[in-house]
Amino acid sequence: MDAFLLQILNGLDKGSAYALIALGLTLIFGTLGVVNFAHGALFMIGAFCAVTLQKIFSLSFETVDPDKTDFLGNPLKVKTPYVESWFGPDLGGAIIDWSVPLAILFAIPIMIAVGFIMERGLIKHFYKRPHADQILVTFGLAIVLQEVIKYFYGANPIPTPAPDALNGVANLGAVIGMDIIYPVWRIVYFCFACLIIGAVFAFLQFTTFGMVVRAGMADRETVGLLGINIDRRFTIMFGIAAAVAGLAGVMYTPINSPNYHMGMDFLVLSFVVVVVGGMGSLPGAVLAGFVLGVLESFASMEWAISLIPGINQIIIYLVAIVILLVRPRGLMGRKGVMED
Amino acid sequence: MSKTDLSRRGLLRTGAVTSAGLALPTIFTAQSASAFTNDPTGGTVTLGFNVPQTGPYADEGADELRAYQLAVEHLNGEGDGGMLNTFSSKALEGSGILGKKVEYVTGDTQTKSDAARASAKSMIEKDGAIMITGGSSSGVAIAVQGLCQEAGVIFMAGLTHSNDTTGKDKKANGFRHFFNAYMSGAALAPVLKNLYGDDRKAYHLTADYTWGWTQEESIKAATEALGWETVNTVKTPLAATDFSSYIAPVLNSGADVLVLNHYGGNMVNSLTNAVQFGLREKEVNGRNFEIVVPLYSRLMAKGAGANVKGIHGSTNWHWSLQDEGSKAFVRSFGTKYGFPPSQAAHTCYVQTLLYADAVQRAGSFNPCAVAEALEDFEFDGMGNGKTLYRGADHQCFKDVLVVRGKENPTSEFDLLEVVEVTPREQVEYAADHPMFAGGNLGSCNPGA
Repeated sequence: MDAFLLQILNGLDKGSAYALIALGLTLIFGTLGVVNFAHGALFMIGAFCAVTLQKIFSLSFETVDPDKTDFLGNPLKVKTPYVESWFGPDLGGAIIDWSVPLAILFAIPIMIAVGFIMERGLIKHFYKRPHADQILVTFGLAIVLQEVIKYFYGANPIPTPAPDALNGVANLGAVIGMDIIYPVWRIVYFCFACLIIGAVFAFLQFTTFGMVVRAGMADRETVGLLGINIDRRFTIMFGIAAAVAGLAGVMYTPINSPNYHMGMDFLVLSFVVVVVGGMGSLPGAVLAGFVLGVLESFASMEWAISLIPGINQIIIYLVAIVILLVRPRGLMGRKGVMED
Repeated sequence: MSKTDLSRRGLLRTGAVTSAGLALPTIFTAQSASAFTNDPTGGTVTLGFNVPQTGPYADEGADELRAYQLAVEHLNGEGDGGMLNTFSSKALEGSGILGKKVEYVTGDTQTKSDAARASAKSMIEKDGAIMITGGSSSGVAIAVQGLCQEAGVIFMAGLTHSNDTTGKDKKANGFRHFFNAYMSGAALAPVLKNLYGDDRKAYHLTADYTWGWTQEESIKAATEALGWETVNTVKTPLAATDFSSYIAPVLNSGADVLVLNHYGGNMVNSLTNAVQFGLREKEVNGRNFEIVVPLYSRLMAKGAGANVKGIHGSTNWHWSLQDEGSKAFVRSFGTKYGFPPSQAAHTCYVQTLLYADAVQRAGSFNPCAVAEALEDFEFDGMGNGKTLYRGADHQCFKDVLVVRGKENPTSEFDLLEVVEVTPREQVEYAADHPMFAGGNLGSCNPGA
């Protein structure tokens, strides 16, 4: 029973990342009609915002310790971060320690700007082109972005730990007399994902801007005829979608050390999530993200693998095939979307 | 009655013509016997460095390439000579190989077998590489080794740790300096026994490919021989990034040791996930839960950050070793590049020197002559004590290091500390050991 509950938690945690990426993908597809294969790269860039901020906070000056030597036998150069020098070891250390949560503030403007540049600079030229062209150009862009990151940060994963205070484990089952140990940061990640998803839905549901965007998603021409510059709003939505993916990446860094390839690792799965959820359906993307995350976790359990060897590697695609056969529009897909 | 008109001059002439006629095919035969793939005819000889320049092991590949460039410098008499000064064989004089200046071409394995074979093929066929070396994966090493055997060039493997490379997939043209999974198990087991006792319960997570399988088999056999019980062995997909769903079952499995038969990004992520789930702080049956990483590398330790602290594993070589060979190499590499070399860099550098030395001693670039010179060659001064290149399987036998993630590193390179230098005798095994059975070295192929 404990193992069962743990896998549900694992699934929800994985699903959080899938849902956040798929949410952004769906926002872009629903508003601009673009199949954005560079969305995984936005997740990766978000993660590297956290890496960058950690590096900025860790910028150091060197002092020579004559009592110690380096690997060549020269006097050891000891690095002291500037923030520790300016604010003292305690506060300076705390700033470095909390670099990942602080990177949320750092990443939002950067990701919105990246989204704007991407949309205005490249993707808008492909609005009227076939989906195949959009896929090719955005996939190419994703490769360029990951190679740029590799050039500056290398191919090796870069450890980006959570703050010490959020680094331990919590016993979630203590209140019901069970032993369900789970990492605190993963709980934080799940809560953060729920918060972001809730904020996006609230923004679209309860603001005038969101209402116009939803109207534009339903009938772009009519909204345009009303004198509303829907293109500008859609560009802003692209920026918001980029920020959502970026924030998912920022908060993911303590779970797995970020590397230049992490966007690609999530991209294909996120597209499957979007298709299963229903192209253009925001609730569908979120639902499918969590459902597929949980199923993937269960498929990794020993009994599942012994029952069907290799099920852990194919479960998501298997479910996608079944859903598309039974319900071609996906779980919550709208009629007419991608059906022409 | 016949009349024979045979003069002395005629006899000599006839004899000379007959001898020349009989000798002619022999000359041709002899010539074709000495011909081999990419026989260097000019003043230079070209080596092919096949390393991952893109993909997840690109950083390791970059370090291998640095080491190769350093080796070429030293072979050509540039720089401080590095390990040429400490190498027990004194055949190399810093004047190239057999008087020919050493040049090199590079290929990108991408850590994909097909890409690695394609780049090796290109270097052999288009660039005239006489020897191929490098790589950071056993799958790639086995694939390229097979290609070199067919093409008739020597393959000096880079970082490859699977038993199969010199086991069931061994080839007469292939040579491995790096240690293997069996040696990791043999070196680690006694240390684990001293640290954690002999009645532990181990749970294995294993990367689902050739290296992972042999690593699991080796460490499992070594720890079971101590008295440990293997609770479970679970294969994880090579492409896995989040190991939480594989770690969670460990918590309630009754195991008190987790063995991570993972390398590279897999190891970084699985160890990070295991630490996140509190395994380091967990107690089972009144004993601390322990994590073991059988194959360590500094680049992996760097990726895993503070999570490696106190975690034990094995490694082929470490820059902190204080023998003269290691010190010479670290000094050369560190002076040129500003940081200490990795174990991948070390093995690649040594392999290049060993190849060059074998050619020099054989007096020929012919792969069969080189192979003969390498087989059962015993040497010292290259960083791992007295080392034997066993002729029966082309595996090097030398000391193996047991290391631990350092608690208080003084720099970004100071991540591992050597716990024990396991002597060569302890990691040796018979050439027909069951874990290495099934292969056939075959005979050397000179190609052409």
